[in-house]
Amino acid sequence: MGAMIETEIAEHRVSEPMIPELFRIERLKRETEDTFTLELVPVEETTKISFLPGQFNMLYVFGVGEVAISISSGPAETSRLEHTTRRVGVVTKAMGMLKPGDTIGVRGPYGTHWPVTEENGRDFVVVAGGIGLAPLRPVLYHLMAQRERYRNIVLLYGARSPEEILYKRELERWRGKFDLEVQVTVDRGASGWRGNVGVVTPLIARAPFNPSNTVALVCGPEIMMRFAAMELQKRGVPAERTYLSMERNMKCAVGHCGHCQFGPTFVCKDGPVFRLDRIAPIFGKGEI
Amino acid sequence: MIQSLEPVLKGHPFFAEMPEKHLEFITGCAKNVAFPELHTIFHEGDPANEFYFIREGLVSVELLVPNRGATTVQTVAEGEILGWSWVSPPYRWHFGARTLQRTRALVFDAKCLRTKCEEDHDLGYELLSRFVNVISARLDATRLQLLDIYGRND
Repeated sequence: MGAMIETEIAEHRVSEPMIPELFRIERLKRETEDTFTLELVPVEETTKISFLPGQFNMLYVFGVGEVAISISSGPAETSRLEHTTRRVGVVTKAMGMLKPGDTIGVRGPYGTHWPVTEENGRDFVVVAGGIGLAPLRPVLYHLMAQRERYRNIVLLYGARSPEEILYKRELERWRGKFDLEVQVTVDRGASGWRGNVGVVTPLIARAPFNPSNTVALVCGPEIMMRFAAMELQKRGVPAERTYLSMERNMKCAVGHCGHCQFGPTFVCKDGPVFRLDRIAPIFGKGEI
Repeated sequence: MIQSLEPVLKGHPFFAEMPEKHLEFITGCAKNVAFPELHTIFHEGDPANEFYFIREGLVSVELLVPNRGATTVQTVAEGEILGWSWVSPPYRWHFGARTLQRTRALVFDAKCLRTKCEEDHDLGYELLSRFVNVISARLDATRLQLLDIYGRND
Protein backbone atom coordinates (compact mmCIF):
# COMPACT_ATOMS: atom_id res chain seq x y z
CA MET A 1 0.00 0.00 0.00
CA GLY A 2 2.88 2.33 0.86
CA ALA A 3 4.36 1.74 -2.59
CA MET A 4 1.09 2.72 -4.22
CA ILE A 5 1.02 6.03 -2.37
CA GLU A 6 4.64 6.74 -3.35
CA THR A 7 3.79 6.06 -7.00
CA GLU A 8 0.83 8.39 -6.91
CA ILE A 9 2.85 11.17 -5.32
CA ALA A 10 5.65 10.65 -7.83
CA GLU A 11 3.16 11.08 -10.66
CA HIS A 12 2.25 14.48 -9.26
CA ARG A 13 5.78 15.66 -8.67
CA VAL A 14 6.71 18.85 -10.44
CA SER A 15 9.46 18.62 -13.07
CA GLU A 16 10.62 22.26 -12.71
CA PRO A 17 9.62 23.11 -9.16
CA MET A 18 10.87 26.72 -9.13
CA ILE A 19 9.55 27.83 -12.53
CA PRO A 20 5.96 29.09 -12.66
CA GLU A 21 3.73 28.30 -15.59
CA LEU A 22 1.38 30.89 -17.02
CA PHE A 23 -2.33 30.58 -16.37
CA ARG A 24 -5.11 32.89 -17.51
CA ILE A 25 -7.89 33.96 -15.19
CA GLU A 26 -11.12 32.67 -16.65
CA ARG A 27 -13.31 33.88 -13.81
CA LEU A 28 -13.00 35.46 -10.39
CA LYS A 29 -15.98 34.45 -8.29
CA ARG A 30 -16.77 36.22 -5.05
CA GLU A 31 -17.71 33.60 -2.46
CA THR A 32 -18.22 35.80 0.64
CA GLU A 33 -17.37 39.36 1.60
CA ASP A 34 -13.65 38.60 1.85
CA THR A 35 -13.15 35.31 0.01
CA PHE A 36 -13.05 34.58 -3.69
CA THR A 37 -12.36 31.71 -6.09
CA LEU A 38 -10.01 32.02 -9.04
CA GLU A 39 -10.74 29.83 -12.05
CA LEU A 40 -7.52 29.38 -14.01
CA VAL A 41 -6.81 27.85 -17.42
CA PRO A 42 -3.31 27.18 -18.78
CA VAL A 43 -1.99 29.64 -21.33
CA GLU A 44 0.12 26.95 -23.03
CA GLU A 45 -1.67 23.90 -24.42
CA THR A 46 1.22 21.74 -23.24
CA THR A 47 0.62 22.61 -19.57
CA LYS A 48 -0.99 19.66 -17.81
CA ILE A 49 -3.26 19.91 -14.77
CA SER A 50 -2.82 16.98 -12.43
CA PHE A 51 -2.96 16.94 -8.65
CA LEU A 52 -4.20 14.95 -5.67
CA PRO A 53 -6.83 16.27 -3.22
CA GLY A 54 -5.17 18.28 -0.47
CA GLN A 55 -2.19 19.53 -2.49
CA PHE A 56 -1.44 23.21 -3.02
CA ASN A 57 0.03 25.51 -5.66
CA MET A 58 2.20 28.61 -5.36
CA LEU A 59 0.35 31.45 -7.12
CA TYR A 60 2.44 34.35 -8.32
CA VAL A 61 0.86 37.79 -8.84
CA PHE A 62 3.44 39.46 -11.07
CA GLY A 63 5.15 42.40 -9.46
CA VAL A 64 3.57 41.70 -6.08
CA GLY A 65 4.56 38.28 -4.81
CA GLU A 66 3.82 34.62 -4.42
CA VAL A 67 1.54 32.80 -2.01
CA ALA A 68 0.65 29.17 -1.26
CA ILE A 69 -3.01 28.32 -1.86
CA SER A 70 -4.70 24.93 -1.74
CA ILE A 71 -6.34 23.65 -4.87
CA SER A 72 -10.11 23.63 -4.46
CA SER A 73 -11.31 22.13 -7.76
CA GLY A 74 -12.01 18.45 -8.35
CA PRO A 75 -9.02 16.23 -9.18
CA ALA A 76 -10.78 14.84 -12.25
CA GLU A 77 -10.98 18.34 -13.76
CA THR A 78 -7.99 18.57 -16.10
CA SER A 79 -8.85 21.70 -18.09
CA ARG A 80 -8.95 24.25 -15.28
CA LEU A 81 -7.81 24.86 -11.72
CA GLU A 82 -9.68 26.54 -8.91
CA HIS A 83 -8.22 28.21 -5.84
CA THR A 84 -10.31 29.78 -3.09
CA THR A 85 -8.66 32.26 -0.78
CA ARG A 86 -9.33 35.10 1.59
CA ARG A 87 -8.09 38.65 1.08
CA VAL A 88 -5.71 38.91 4.03
CA GLY A 89 -2.30 40.05 2.82
CA VAL A 90 -0.67 42.09 0.07
CA VAL A 91 -0.62 39.23 -2.44
CA THR A 92 -4.15 37.95 -1.91
CA LYS A 93 -5.50 41.50 -1.91
CA ALA A 94 -3.79 42.11 -5.27
CA MET A 95 -5.06 38.74 -6.49
CA GLY A 96 -8.61 39.77 -5.65
CA MET A 97 -8.19 42.82 -7.94
CA LEU A 98 -7.29 40.72 -10.99
CA LYS A 99 -9.70 40.52 -13.90
CA PRO A 100 -10.67 37.74 -16.31
CA GLY A 101 -7.99 37.59 -19.01
CA ASP A 102 -5.16 38.60 -16.67
CA THR A 103 -2.35 36.11 -16.26
CA ILE A 104 -0.87 34.64 -13.13
CA GLY A 105 2.09 32.33 -12.44
CA VAL A 106 1.44 28.87 -11.02
CA ARG A 107 4.03 26.51 -9.49
CA GLY A 108 2.97 23.11 -8.25
CA PRO A 109 1.25 20.99 -7.19
CA TYR A 110 3.12 20.47 -3.94
CA GLY A 111 2.71 18.59 -0.71
CA THR A 112 0.98 15.53 0.62
CA HIS A 113 -2.60 14.58 -0.07
CA TRP A 114 -5.69 13.32 1.74
CA PRO A 115 -5.65 9.50 1.94
CA VAL A 116 -8.60 8.80 -0.34
CA THR A 117 -6.96 6.36 -2.70
CA GLU A 118 -5.87 4.03 0.11
CA GLU A 119 -9.04 3.84 2.15
CA ASN A 120 -11.72 1.97 0.17
CA GLY A 121 -14.62 0.60 2.15
CA ARG A 122 -14.33 3.12 4.97
CA ASP A 123 -16.68 5.75 6.37
CA PHE A 124 -15.33 9.25 5.78
CA VAL A 125 -16.00 12.14 8.12
CA VAL A 126 -14.85 15.49 6.76
CA VAL A 127 -14.66 18.29 9.34
CA ALA A 128 -14.11 21.79 7.97
CA GLY A 129 -14.01 25.21 9.56
CA GLY A 130 -14.20 28.55 7.74
CA ILE A 131 -12.05 28.66 4.65
CA GLY A 132 -10.74 25.21 5.62
CA LEU A 133 -13.52 23.83 3.43
CA ALA A 134 -11.54 24.85 0.31
CA PRO A 135 -8.71 22.25 0.62
CA LEU A 136 -11.34 19.61 1.43
CA ARG A 137 -13.53 20.36 -1.57
CA PRO A 138 -11.39 18.24 -3.98
CA VAL A 139 -11.70 15.29 -1.63
CA LEU A 140 -15.48 15.66 -1.51
CA TYR A 141 -15.59 15.71 -5.32
CA HIS A 142 -13.43 12.60 -5.36
CA LEU A 143 -15.49 10.75 -2.73
CA MET A 144 -18.71 11.51 -4.59
CA ALA A 145 -17.27 10.59 -7.98
CA GLN A 146 -16.17 7.24 -6.54
CA ARG A 147 -19.17 6.91 -4.24
CA GLU A 148 -19.47 3.11 -4.49
CA ARG A 149 -15.96 2.67 -3.07
CA TYR A 150 -16.83 4.20 0.31
CA ARG A 151 -19.44 3.73 3.03
CA ASN A 152 -20.94 6.67 4.97
CA ILE A 153 -19.68 10.09 3.93
CA VAL A 154 -20.29 12.92 6.38
CA LEU A 155 -19.40 16.59 5.96
CA LEU A 156 -19.46 18.75 9.08
CA TYR A 157 -18.84 22.40 8.29
CA GLY A 158 -18.64 25.40 10.61
CA ALA A 159 -18.60 29.01 9.50
CA ARG A 160 -18.65 32.31 11.32
CA SER A 161 -22.10 33.38 10.14
CA PRO A 162 -24.64 32.41 7.45
CA GLU A 163 -23.15 35.10 5.16
CA GLU A 164 -19.69 33.57 5.46
CA ILE A 165 -20.59 30.06 4.37
CA LEU A 166 -18.41 29.00 1.44
CA TYR A 167 -19.79 27.25 -1.65
CA LYS A 168 -23.39 27.80 -0.53
CA ARG A 169 -25.07 26.46 -3.65
CA GLU A 170 -22.86 23.41 -3.70
CA LEU A 171 -23.57 22.69 -0.04
CA GLU A 172 -27.29 22.95 -0.70
CA ARG A 173 -26.96 20.54 -3.62
CA TRP A 174 -24.93 18.13 -1.50
CA ARG A 175 -27.47 18.33 1.32
CA GLY A 176 -30.09 17.12 -1.11
CA LYS A 177 -28.16 13.92 -1.78
CA PHE A 178 -29.28 10.76 0.01
CA ASP A 179 -25.81 9.27 0.12
CA LEU A 180 -24.07 12.24 1.73
CA GLU A 181 -24.74 13.64 5.21
CA VAL A 182 -24.07 17.38 5.35
CA GLN A 183 -24.34 19.35 8.58
CA VAL A 184 -23.59 23.04 8.64
CA THR A 185 -23.34 25.23 11.71
CA VAL A 186 -22.55 28.90 12.28
CA ASP A 187 -21.01 30.60 15.29
CA ARG A 188 -23.42 33.49 15.02
CA GLY A 189 -26.94 33.00 13.82
CA ALA A 190 -28.91 35.66 12.02
CA SER A 191 -32.58 36.37 11.56
CA GLY A 192 -33.92 33.87 9.09
CA TRP A 193 -31.24 31.26 9.84
CA ARG A 194 -32.99 28.02 10.81
CA GLY A 195 -29.91 25.80 11.02
CA ASN A 196 -27.41 24.85 13.71
CA VAL A 197 -25.74 27.53 15.82
CA GLY A 198 -22.53 26.73 17.66
CA VAL A 199 -19.04 25.53 16.83
CA VAL A 200 -18.52 22.61 14.49
CA THR A 201 -16.79 20.23 16.89
CA PRO A 202 -19.87 19.13 18.93
CA LEU A 203 -21.44 17.90 15.68
CA ILE A 204 -18.86 15.08 15.68
CA ALA A 205 -20.52 13.42 18.70
CA ARG A 206 -23.80 12.87 16.88
CA ALA A 207 -22.66 12.42 13.27
CA PRO A 208 -23.62 9.13 11.59
CA PHE A 209 -20.37 7.19 11.13
CA ASN A 210 -18.85 4.04 12.54
CA PRO A 211 -15.72 5.15 14.44
CA SER A 212 -14.00 1.80 14.13
CA ASN A 213 -14.12 2.02 10.33
CA THR A 214 -13.77 5.76 9.82
CA VAL A 215 -11.20 8.01 8.23
CA ALA A 216 -11.41 11.59 9.50
CA LEU A 217 -10.16 14.55 7.48
CA VAL A 218 -9.96 17.88 9.30
CA CYS A 219 -9.08 21.35 8.05
CA GLY A 220 -9.63 24.74 9.64
CA PRO A 221 -8.11 27.05 12.22
CA GLU A 222 -5.58 25.10 14.30
CA ILE A 223 -7.55 25.53 17.53
CA MET A 224 -10.62 24.08 15.84
CA MET A 225 -8.57 21.12 14.61
CA ARG A 226 -7.33 20.45 18.16
CA PHE A 227 -10.86 20.31 19.51
CA ALA A 228 -12.01 18.27 16.51
CA ALA A 229 -9.20 15.77 17.12
CA MET A 230 -10.29 15.45 20.77
CA GLU A 231 -13.92 14.86 19.78
CA LEU A 232 -12.91 12.29 17.16
CA GLN A 233 -10.78 10.52 19.75
CA LYS A 234 -13.74 10.52 22.17
CA ARG A 235 -15.90 8.89 19.47
CA GLY A 236 -13.18 6.27 18.99
CA VAL A 237 -11.62 7.30 15.68
CA PRO A 238 -7.95 6.29 15.97
CA ALA A 239 -5.21 8.91 15.51
CA GLU A 240 -3.72 6.83 12.70
CA ARG A 241 -6.90 7.38 10.70
CA THR A 242 -7.25 11.07 11.55
CA TYR A 243 -5.64 13.53 9.11
CA LEU A 244 -5.15 17.27 9.50
CA SER A 245 -4.09 19.93 7.02
CA MET A 246 -1.59 22.25 8.69
CA GLU A 247 -0.82 25.80 7.69
CA ARG A 248 2.45 27.65 8.03
CA ASN A 249 4.02 30.49 6.07
CA MET A 250 5.37 28.84 2.92
CA LYS A 251 7.88 30.42 0.57
CA CYS A 252 9.85 27.95 -1.57
CA ALA A 253 7.32 25.05 -1.35
CA VAL A 254 10.08 22.47 -1.83
CA GLY A 255 11.59 22.22 1.65
CA HIS A 256 14.66 24.41 1.08
CA CYS A 257 13.96 27.74 2.75
CA GLY A 258 12.68 26.53 6.14
CA HIS A 259 9.94 29.15 6.47
CA CYS A 260 7.28 26.51 7.06
CA GLN A 261 9.17 24.45 9.59
CA PHE A 262 6.83 22.59 11.94
CA GLY A 263 8.93 20.76 14.53
CA PRO A 264 11.12 18.30 12.62
CA THR A 265 9.02 18.62 9.46
CA PHE A 266 8.38 21.14 6.71
CA VAL A 267 4.71 21.75 6.01
CA CYS A 268 5.38 22.29 2.29
CA LYS A 269 6.91 18.89 1.61
CA ASP A 270 6.00 16.66 4.61
CA GLY A 271 2.52 18.22 4.75
CA PRO A 272 0.24 20.05 4.49
CA VAL A 273 -1.74 16.86 5.19
CA PHE A 274 -0.38 15.06 8.26
CA ARG A 275 -1.54 11.91 10.02
CA LEU A 276 -2.42 12.89 13.58
CA ASP A 277 -0.37 10.19 15.34
CA ARG A 278 2.75 11.34 13.48
CA ILE A 279 2.49 14.93 14.68
CA ALA A 280 0.76 14.31 18.02
CA PRO A 281 3.84 15.20 20.14
CA ILE A 282 4.12 18.65 18.53
CA PHE A 283 0.51 19.39 17.57
CA GLY A 284 -0.92 22.20 19.68
CA LYS A 285 2.42 23.12 21.27
CA GLY A 286 2.70 26.90 21.41
CA GLU A 287 6.48 26.85 21.00
CA ILE A 288 6.34 25.05 17.63
CA MET B 1 -49.79 -0.97 23.95
CA ILE B 2 -47.74 1.49 25.98
CA GLN B 3 -44.01 0.97 25.49
CA SER B 4 -41.54 1.68 28.28
CA LEU B 5 -39.14 4.57 27.74
CA GLU B 6 -36.36 2.69 29.52
CA PRO B 7 -34.87 1.14 26.35
CA VAL B 8 -34.75 4.62 24.77
CA LEU B 9 -32.82 6.00 27.74
CA LYS B 10 -30.51 2.98 27.98
CA GLY B 11 -29.42 3.46 24.37
CA HIS B 12 -28.25 7.01 24.98
CA PRO B 13 -24.68 7.81 26.12
CA PHE B 14 -26.02 10.24 28.73
CA PHE B 15 -27.59 7.36 30.65
CA ALA B 16 -24.86 4.79 29.89
CA GLU B 17 -23.95 2.54 32.83
CA MET B 18 -26.49 4.14 35.11
CA PRO B 19 -27.62 1.66 37.82
CA GLU B 20 -30.90 -0.01 36.94
CA LYS B 21 -32.79 1.33 40.00
CA HIS B 22 -31.87 4.93 39.17
CA LEU B 23 -32.72 4.51 35.52
CA GLU B 24 -36.06 3.02 36.49
CA PHE B 25 -36.83 5.98 38.72
CA ILE B 26 -35.76 8.55 36.13
CA THR B 27 -37.83 6.79 33.47
CA GLY B 28 -40.82 7.20 35.75
CA CYS B 29 -40.29 10.97 35.64
CA ALA B 30 -40.20 11.10 31.81
CA LYS B 31 -42.85 11.44 29.15
CA ASN B 32 -42.89 11.92 25.39
CA VAL B 33 -43.69 15.35 23.99
CA ALA B 34 -43.88 16.78 20.47
CA PHE B 35 -43.65 20.43 19.49
CA PRO B 36 -44.48 22.08 16.17
CA GLU B 37 -42.00 24.30 14.35
CA LEU B 38 -41.33 27.70 16.01
CA HIS B 39 -42.93 26.65 19.27
CA THR B 40 -41.63 28.26 22.47
CA ILE B 41 -40.70 25.44 24.87
CA PHE B 42 -39.81 27.75 27.73
CA HIS B 43 -39.18 31.44 28.33
CA GLU B 44 -36.09 33.01 29.89
CA GLY B 45 -36.82 33.70 33.58
CA ASP B 46 -39.63 31.15 33.96
CA PRO B 47 -39.35 28.41 36.63
CA ALA B 48 -37.02 25.64 35.44
CA ASN B 49 -38.77 22.47 36.50
CA GLU B 50 -37.96 20.24 33.52
CA PHE B 51 -35.17 19.14 31.28
CA TYR B 52 -35.44 17.58 27.83
CA PHE B 53 -33.79 14.84 25.86
CA ILE B 54 -34.21 15.74 22.18
CA ARG B 55 -35.14 12.70 20.11
CA GLU B 56 -35.70 14.48 16.80
CA GLY B 57 -35.63 18.06 15.54
CA LEU B 58 -33.72 21.21 16.38
CA VAL B 59 -34.15 23.69 19.24
CA SER B 60 -32.80 27.21 19.43
CA VAL B 61 -31.48 28.38 22.82
CA GLU B 62 -32.13 32.11 22.88
CA LEU B 63 -31.52 35.30 24.77
CA LEU B 64 -33.59 38.42 24.38
CA VAL B 65 -31.20 41.17 23.35
CA PRO B 66 -32.43 44.79 23.30
CA ASN B 67 -32.86 46.07 19.73
CA ARG B 68 -32.04 42.62 18.34
CA GLY B 69 -34.87 40.53 19.73
CA ALA B 70 -34.50 36.82 20.40
CA THR B 71 -30.92 35.88 19.52
CA THR B 72 -29.87 32.25 19.10
CA VAL B 73 -26.72 31.50 21.07
CA GLN B 74 -26.76 27.78 20.40
CA THR B 75 -28.89 25.03 18.95
CA VAL B 76 -29.63 21.66 20.53
CA ALA B 77 -30.25 18.73 18.22
CA GLU B 78 -31.20 15.07 18.21
CA GLY B 79 -29.51 13.09 20.94
CA GLU B 80 -28.67 16.13 23.06
CA ILE B 81 -29.89 17.36 26.44
CA LEU B 82 -31.72 20.67 26.71
CA GLY B 83 -31.79 22.59 29.98
CA TRP B 84 -29.79 22.54 33.17
CA SER B 85 -31.16 25.57 35.01
CA TRP B 86 -33.20 23.12 37.11
CA VAL B 87 -29.94 21.99 38.77
CA SER B 88 -29.08 25.16 40.69
CA PRO B 89 -31.06 27.87 42.50
CA PRO B 90 -33.05 29.94 41.79
CA TYR B 91 -34.25 27.22 39.37
CA ARG B 92 -35.26 29.62 36.63
CA TRP B 93 -34.36 29.38 32.94
CA HIS B 94 -31.32 31.47 32.07
CA PHE B 95 -32.24 31.26 28.38
CA GLY B 96 -35.36 30.69 26.36
CA ALA B 97 -35.90 27.72 24.03
CA ARG B 98 -37.82 27.59 20.76
CA THR B 99 -38.10 24.87 18.14
CA LEU B 100 -36.67 25.57 14.69
CA GLN B 101 -38.11 22.36 13.31
CA ARG B 102 -40.83 19.98 14.40
CA THR B 103 -39.31 18.40 17.50
CA ARG B 104 -39.91 15.24 19.50
CA ALA B 105 -38.42 14.96 22.97
CA LEU B 106 -38.60 13.28 26.33
CA VAL B 107 -39.41 15.75 29.08
CA PHE B 108 -38.28 14.96 32.63
CA ASP B 109 -39.97 16.23 35.76
CA ALA B 110 -36.95 17.93 37.27
CA LYS B 111 -38.79 19.22 40.30
CA CYS B 112 -39.54 15.64 41.30
CA LEU B 113 -35.95 14.60 40.49
CA ARG B 114 -34.54 17.44 42.60
CA THR B 115 -36.52 16.27 45.61
CA LYS B 116 -35.50 12.67 45.03
CA CYS B 117 -31.81 13.64 44.63
CA GLU B 118 -31.95 15.32 48.04
CA GLU B 119 -33.25 12.07 49.53
CA ASP B 120 -31.00 9.73 47.58
CA HIS B 121 -27.51 11.17 47.15
CA ASP B 122 -26.39 8.22 45.01
CA LEU B 123 -29.02 9.15 42.46
CA GLY B 124 -28.02 12.81 42.86
CA TYR B 125 -24.38 11.96 42.12
CA GLU B 126 -25.26 9.78 39.10
CA LEU B 127 -27.40 12.50 37.60
CA LEU B 128 -25.27 15.53 38.42
CA SER B 129 -22.01 13.92 37.23
CA ARG B 130 -23.69 13.41 33.86
CA PHE B 131 -24.93 16.99 33.78
CA VAL B 132 -21.41 18.19 34.61
CA ASN B 133 -20.22 16.49 31.39
CA VAL B 134 -22.95 18.24 29.39
CA ILE B 135 -22.16 21.60 31.01
CA SER B 136 -18.40 21.13 30.50
CA ALA B 137 -18.87 20.31 26.79
CA ARG B 138 -21.11 23.38 26.35
CA LEU B 139 -18.54 25.55 28.14
CA ASP B 140 -15.76 24.31 25.81
CA ALA B 141 -17.94 24.99 22.79
CA THR B 142 -18.87 28.45 24.09
CA ARG B 143 -15.21 29.35 24.66
CA LEU B 144 -14.38 28.34 21.10
CA GLN B 145 -17.34 30.35 19.86
CA LEU B 146 -16.09 33.40 21.79
CA LEU B 147 -12.65 33.13 20.15
CA ASP B 148 -14.22 33.99 16.79
CA ILE B 149 -11.78 31.56 15.16
CA TYR B 150 -12.96 32.03 11.60
CA GLY B 151 -12.17 35.74 11.60
CA ARG B 152 -9.37 37.32 9.64
CA ASN B 153 -6.73 36.19 12.09
CA ASP B 154 -7.51 32.47 11.96
